[in-house]
Amino acid sequence: MTTLWISIISVALASAAIKAAGPVLVGGREPSPGFLAVIKLLAPALLAALVVTETFGDDRHLVLDARAIGVAVAAVALALRAPVLLAVFLAAAATALARALA
Amino acid sequence: MAEGAGRGEGAGAGPAGDHRPYRAGARAALPFALATFVLGISFGVLARSLGWGVVAPIVFSVIAFSGSAQFAVAAVLGAGGGAVAATLAAVLLNARFGPMGVAVAPYLKGGPLRRALEGQAVVDASWALASRGGGRFDREFMIGAALPQLAAWVVGTAAGVLGGDLIGDPEKLGLDVVFPAFFLALLASELRGGRMAVGVALVAAVLALVLLPFVPPGVPVIAACATALLGLRTAR
Repeated sequence: MTTLWISIISVALASAAIKAAGPVLVGGREPSPGFLAVIKLLAPALLAALVVTETFGDDRHLVLDARAIGVAVAAVALALRAPVLLAVFLAAAATALARALA
Repeated sequence: MAEGAGRGEGAGAGPAGDHRPYRAGARAALPFALATFVLGISFGVLARSLGWGVVAPIVFSVIAFSGSAQFAVAAVLGAGGGAVAATLAAVLLNARFGPMGVAVAPYLKGGPLRRALEGQAVVDASWALASRGGGRFDREFMIGAALPQLAAWVVGTAAGVLGGDLIGDPEKLGLDVVFPAFFLALLASELRGGRMAVGVALVAAVLALVLLPFVPPGVPVIAACATALLGLRTAR
């Protein structure tokens, strides 16, 4: 087998195992108050980390580029109570425009 | 993966044959499926430029269903790396699905096998769309939301491999900010959950940024997940 196929199959198996782990190990038990308190904070923690790494991260470098402009535009739109899809659209448009002008 | 989501749906408990919650999830995911489709094209184009042929990239998208991990594998193999390095990079990037799976676990149904299959419906967009705040998740909505993502990713990959560069650089269209902007919107609604949520989000964001230059991609996000353990202090 080639390196490519070994990589494809091992990544697929590893991804499936990672996704299966939580549902299988935690099971359908009634969540404890401590568990719920942690899970409640998991969404804000994870989303905050995804936003900053996808906005300022470029492999192992922190960069300030056209993505920051788009995400900032989305933040302003959301603060002005724009619907989510409009905010996302404006973000993409602002980033595309910034790149076109650069 | 489609098998997991499909089987979960077919056996759907609750009101017999009520597929509305699944459809609502699928509808909510459609706009993001468009972005995923274009990213799929760019993955297909990249894979073809690396000489992967037609079958391998499409099979990869079907069985791995994971954009960030697949781009990482392309980057590692394209730079002359081996299968172990490629798999490790992908595992680190996908490790975030571990805590995400733990979070949805109480809402999935059936025995271990079925739960493992339903857990395959966890991708960033489906998980985030199905979050109902306060640590609660909507199982049917999440499974429904995963399906357009999978279809768009696979069809996009096939289009990129077979048809070539139909759209050009997705970055020219600003598509790389679709997901961060969307996650920001979901974060904003999570932050209404109180001061603790705001504090944890801030610590998580700072931690991820501080770690980013020093650790492999994917690790900052997993490390940031650990800040949710601060919840144990309030639970006592």
